[in-house]
Amino acid sequence: MHSPVADTPRHLTEPAWIRWGLITVACGFLIVFLLLPLTFVLVQAFRQGLHAYLQSFSDPDATSAIRLTIIATVIALALNTVFGICAAWCIAKFSFRGKNVLITLIDLPFAVSPVVAGLVFVLLFGAGGWFGSYLRDHNVHIIFALPGIVLATTFVTLPFVARELIPMMQAQGTDEEEAARVLGASAWQMFSRVTIFNIGWSLLYGIILCSARALGEFGAVSVVSGHINGKTCTLPLHIEYLYDNYQLSAAFACASLLCLLALVTLVAKTLVGRRLRLSMEVADDVPGLVPTAVP
Amino acid sequence: MAHAARPSILPGFGLTLGYTLTYVSLLVVIPITALVLRTANLSWSEFWGIVTTARVVASYELSFGTALVAALINAVFGTLIAWVLVRYRFPGRTLVDALVDLPFALPTAVAGIALVTLYDHQGWIGRILPFSVVYKPAGIVIALTFIGLPFVVRSVQPVVESLSTRSGAEIEEAAHCLGASRGAILWRIILPELWPAIAAGFTLAFARGVGEYGSVVFIAGNMPMKTEIAPLLIITKLEEYDYPAATAIAVVMLAFSFVALLCVNAVQRFLERRLRHA
Repeated sequence: MHSPVADTPRHLTEPAWIRWGLITVACGFLIVFLLLPLTFVLVQAFRQGLHAYLQSFSDPDATSAIRLTIIATVIALALNTVFGICAAWCIAKFSFRGKNVLITLIDLPFAVSPVVAGLVFVLLFGAGGWFGSYLRDHNVHIIFALPGIVLATTFVTLPFVARELIPMMQAQGTDEEEAARVLGASAWQMFSRVTIFNIGWSLLYGIILCSARALGEFGAVSVVSGHINGKTCTLPLHIEYLYDNYQLSAAFACASLLCLLALVTLVAKTLVGRRLRLSMEVADDVPGLVPTAVP
Repeated sequence: MAHAARPSILPGFGLTLGYTLTYVSLLVVIPITALVLRTANLSWSEFWGIVTTARVVASYELSFGTALVAALINAVFGTLIAWVLVRYRFPGRTLVDALVDLPFALPTAVAGIALVTLYDHQGWIGRILPFSVVYKPAGIVIALTFIGLPFVVRSVQPVVESLSTRSGAEIEEAAHCLGASRGAILWRIILPELWPAIAAGFTLAFARGVGEYGSVVFIAGNMPMKTEIAPLLIITKLEEYDYPAATAIAVVMLAFSFVALLCVNAVQRFLERRLRHA
């Protein structure tokens, strides 16, 4: 299903002036709406020179924000990767009733506003929440502390890995794992030598998407974090703080760090996506299952 | 599509299903149910009173209205971009293709401060524009267009690809042989095939736009009744410890998300079935 265009006969495509006109409109739109903001952040970040740029990161609040962001991302990523593999295994390899309901529930965090995602945890664990008084009596801090930030991040990124793995595993079917079992492989041998090998690229793809979102989550974390500088501010919240306090160059310096991560994500996503398409075409020629429809 | 035979020899069904159900219950089902039950503390008239306050209605109108405009812009340009990326060859195409995903990869807060400074009267774009968009609904539309673009492109792209395979091209070839002009082929053969994918992408972009917070708050201005979006109003109510109001506003948004999700799933199932037949 690839490069059908290079050999498209002339009568099945538009005249050259229309083609180039459309290409110009499409690229112009992308440049104004996507490329310009990206370049702008990088230019703003370095406007006061490299020294000022590096100075922004020596601020203890910034380092603490970076540390907190990494901790939350690593925990959310680990939890959702294990979950994603488990969910994809039972959904793709077995048939059971209520499967579609389960898939819809897994998708739900994609559809819910990040602010609502943060709110549900405040209603559960906040001062006026269901478990609020219990938690206060036992001196456990969830809201306005690390556990709340981890919970919100995990909720928001829950579907990513599962969403990538389910169509991949469904397309691959069960033949190879069944063969492994018939030949006497233990459950772990089957998983570590057959399944992981088969799903490797889409697992990596899901992990990339999941970590990109976890690093940058703003709305949900903003609701549960409490914005305590140097304590419960993740990097995106720190950027908001700097911006609101007119420290523009510091804000853009921190933003540029996240921009670079976004660029790395895009490159990794493109490379892995290409490998994934190749392995999918070899595995099974099912069109429409290339995992691009849902972010 | 292979389906597991019912008595499967594969291990781990009970374990993985049990773990999945527990995890989804703890993180999604119980918290969302708690939110819905929380509104049960309110009587119907109290609930209705909250969600029909002038300020709340204004925020819904703003959130839904701007998200709708942005999703429409994205439906047009996203489809165009998907078409250009699949059907035409030009230098830098791979780069452009990768760039489309930028809004997924770029944290919303970064997008927010970049857009507001860019469209500010001193910014690169704001300086050229004859009118101001910052702290106006137009600014919100710009932010939501940024956020929603990849949803449409990535929904439409696989369908255009499937139309461009040999069997897809045969239909165009047949139409051409029967004397259809290029315009007629695009309008009457290709576009009808794309509608479901455009609708799915539109709904995804719209749903995301209604709930979006990070990229919008910076450029919106956040004036009550004028440029205050619904998610921001939830946060404001929460900060005033007005839990019932925050919950009621959130439940309405949640109901909308749920409906949008069901629509998208239905369209996607329909698309998958049709692509498999093609």
